Amino acid sequence: MASLARLRVSRRLPQLARGIQTSADTTQLQDAPPSESSQPFTVKLHEDSFRAHNCDKPELDVQVSKDQLLGWYKQMQTMRRMEMAADALYKAKLIRGFCHLAIGQEAVSVGLEAGITPEDRVITAYRCHPFAVLRGGSIKGVIGELLGRQVGMSHGKGGSMHIFTPSFFGGNGIVGAQVPVGAGIAFAQKYLEKDTATFALYGDGASNQGQVFEAFNMAKLWNLPCVFVCENNKYGMGTSAERSSSNTEYFTRGDKIPGLQVNGMDIIATKQAVEYARQWTVAEKKGPLLLEFVTYRYGGHSMSDPGTTYRTREEVQRMRSTQDPIRGLQRYIEEWGVASEQELKQLDKEAKATVDAAVEEAKASPEPLVKDLWTDIYYKGTEPPFMRGREREEIHHY
Amino acid sequence: MLVSRRLTSHPLVSFIRRNSTAAEPPPAGGHLPSIATSQILRSTRERALRTPGLVWNDDEDTNSIVSVGRECRKMNVYQAVRDALSIALTKNDNAVVFGEDIAFGGVFRCTMGLAEEFGRERVFNTPLTEQGIAGFAIGMAAMGHTAIAEIQFADYIYPAFDQLVNEAAKIRYRSGGQFNVGGLTIRTPTMSVGHGGLYHSQSPEGFFMGASGLKIVIPRSPIQAKGLLLSSIRDPNPVIFMEPKILYRSAIEQVPIDDFSLPLGRAETLVSGADLTLLTWGTPIYHCETALHLLADPPPELAPHIPESVRKAKIELIDLRSILPWDAEAVAESVSRTGRLVIVHEAGMTAGVGAEIASEVQKRCFLRLAAPVKRVTGWDTPVPLQYEKFYIPDAIRIMDSIVETLSY
Repeated sequence: MASLARLRVSRRLPQLARGIQTSADTTQLQDAPPSESSQPFTVKLHEDSFRAHNCDKPELDVQVSKDQLLGWYKQMQTMRRMEMAADALYKAKLIRGFCHLAIGQEAVSVGLEAGITPEDRVITAYRCHPFAVLRGGSIKGVIGELLGRQVGMSHGKGGSMHIFTPSFFGGNGIVGAQVPVGAGIAFAQKYLEKDTATFALYGDGASNQGQVFEAFNMAKLWNLPCVFVCENNKYGMGTSAERSSSNTEYFTRGDKIPGLQVNGMDIIATKQAVEYARQWTVAEKKGPLLLEFVTYRYGGHSMSDPGTTYRTREEVQRMRSTQDPIRGLQRYIEEWGVASEQELKQLDKEAKATVDAAVEEAKASPEPLVKDLWTDIYYKGTEPPFMRGREREEIHHY
Repeated sequence: MLVSRRLTSHPLVSFIRRNSTAAEPPPAGGHLPSIATSQILRSTRERALRTPGLVWNDDEDTNSIVSVGRECRKMNVYQAVRDALSIALTKNDNAVVFGEDIAFGGVFRCTMGLAEEFGRERVFNTPLTEQGIAGFAIGMAAMGHTAIAEIQFADYIYPAFDQLVNEAAKIRYRSGGQFNVGGLTIRTPTMSVGHGGLYHSQSPEGFFMGASGLKIVIPRSPIQAKGLLLSSIRDPNPVIFMEPKILYRSAIEQVPIDDFSLPLGRAETLVSGADLTLLTWGTPIYHCETALHLLADPPPELAPHIPESVRKAKIELIDLRSILPWDAEAVAESVSRTGRLVIVHEAGMTAGVGAEIASEVQKRCFLRLAAPVKRVTGWDTPVPLQYEKFYIPDAIRIMDSIVETLSY
């Protein structure tokens, strides 16, 4: 089996080499940035930033502004700081249970938010903290939820994978379960004749779940405005994509649904791809589309996974030092004269201060009240007459 | 009502013989000779309009308690289900009905003509994709839609189990009340049909009993099906509505044609009594009714086995109707009076719904019980094709358990 897997990997390597480009810093400046910070200027993505399956590639020329670049930088840096804070709180045993961090994948969450509107809908799996904040939540709300406090976005009753906002249908704990739910959300959007789309995210691991294909089929059959977004971070839990999937070209797995593979480490590429997908589904009404973001997670699958038993420390180190999405953006900003290193350091400090303050607020929040153990199970007033509690004598009567 | 002596000895003999190894085809009248003559079914307009707990949902008329001048029509269960769906689609533009093959009526005809009446945007076929159907319906309901999905057989609900238990039941709780799928109703035909075998005669209600957040409803008749289905569709919680499939055609009642609802979470006492509580739901209600006839007036073949002393026992027959949440108050109240409880369900005994009920009842009524709680259920095997009639609790087994419990 091992030799078989090695064979497969080695056979795939040349293909990968010719394939997608996943560097974070290969976008080229086309004309000098204007002094006005909100004025757009043109940059050109690396020609291997996209691979298309039954559709055209997006334009490589992208319009960005200084404000946008700095905004993304701050968001990405803040998201990473938040995940690092969660990591520390977990290791301090203040966060219990399951916790999946998205460090290394910031260009996907921030790029997605940059390319969609507040009315679009997003649903994802358990690696959900950045999406929850960017979709209108708060860092205090996320950390509070992880800590199980009242200030948490689900009032401390959910935990890491259970965070929602009006346009974000949550993290979900069951691998792949959110994908058909996303198709249903998209159906409702279409039924209500709204010019919006649903972005249903899942990982390379979930892409082998049966219900993902069930959702693909229904979405294409009924031409739903659903973008299926595969965050390919190369490992489904502890098994590499090559060892788990007969076809690792996830963007080609939608059968009749066209797909686009995207450099998921360069925020300019991810944002361009999301805008392309939105144009495809909403403006042109061409039905669903698959987006595969090739990215990388620096940490383990969850907090209980050190992340080094199925890949080498060198591999992680190499990704961190050569393809980090935040460093890549930092380089653009500095090289293109958008801001100085000092100014970025200031943003870093602000991000850290924001997160630190939110953590303190969350820690100060009390735990949920005991009576809330029994709320939100049934709609108020339609509950059963009683429900059993934590011990024999404890019975809650509604 | 109970002691109507309509049953002659002839159908009973054939009934008993079908439970033996005789290789005769069942009579043309079907497997349940008691349904056609059941006193439980409300076959006149007057009785239909007096259905306990019935609430009219009129649009304008505020005087909605008045039953005078209400029309009824003779319907079987599938027609009553169709009638309820039609009302739900008419009154709510965001209601959508979908499932496998439902656009042309569905395998049990519950959706006949709905696609033509309401359009294929609102009544449509899905692929054969149970987990997908459930997930898709949950997504729609999370957007505030009324999603009425059909799983073609309750036996096929297992691929959707994850979506129903992990997503539908929990989304309100895990989002701290921000999201819910109250608009979700899953309809699915359940229980045995006499020859369904392993994958078409199961009763999976017990598997969902621990999924707080869900409701499970099983109607026994056309009026019940219509009223409970409309309540389920409008209930602000996700509901799994299981329709006993053998009753689709065989149970016939006069059904009010107006919009009405019946309460969820409430049991209904069908026959009052003081000596023993007989609790069941769905198809076995009619076996129970037959058992009560057998007990009171046994045919000669059975008479030697039934002591005179138990024949005059007053048995209280209760239809549980809602499995989750179940009406523990009503059941405990009844058992406190009678001191004896026999629970009948088609699913296997181990960890079936009867286990939960028996446990709660022995806690609440411990000092009142005169006999152990008895369960009459399917066996702990798969539902076997050739032995299905041995598997399903029939009138003889129910009667035998009543005799045993009464003479404990």
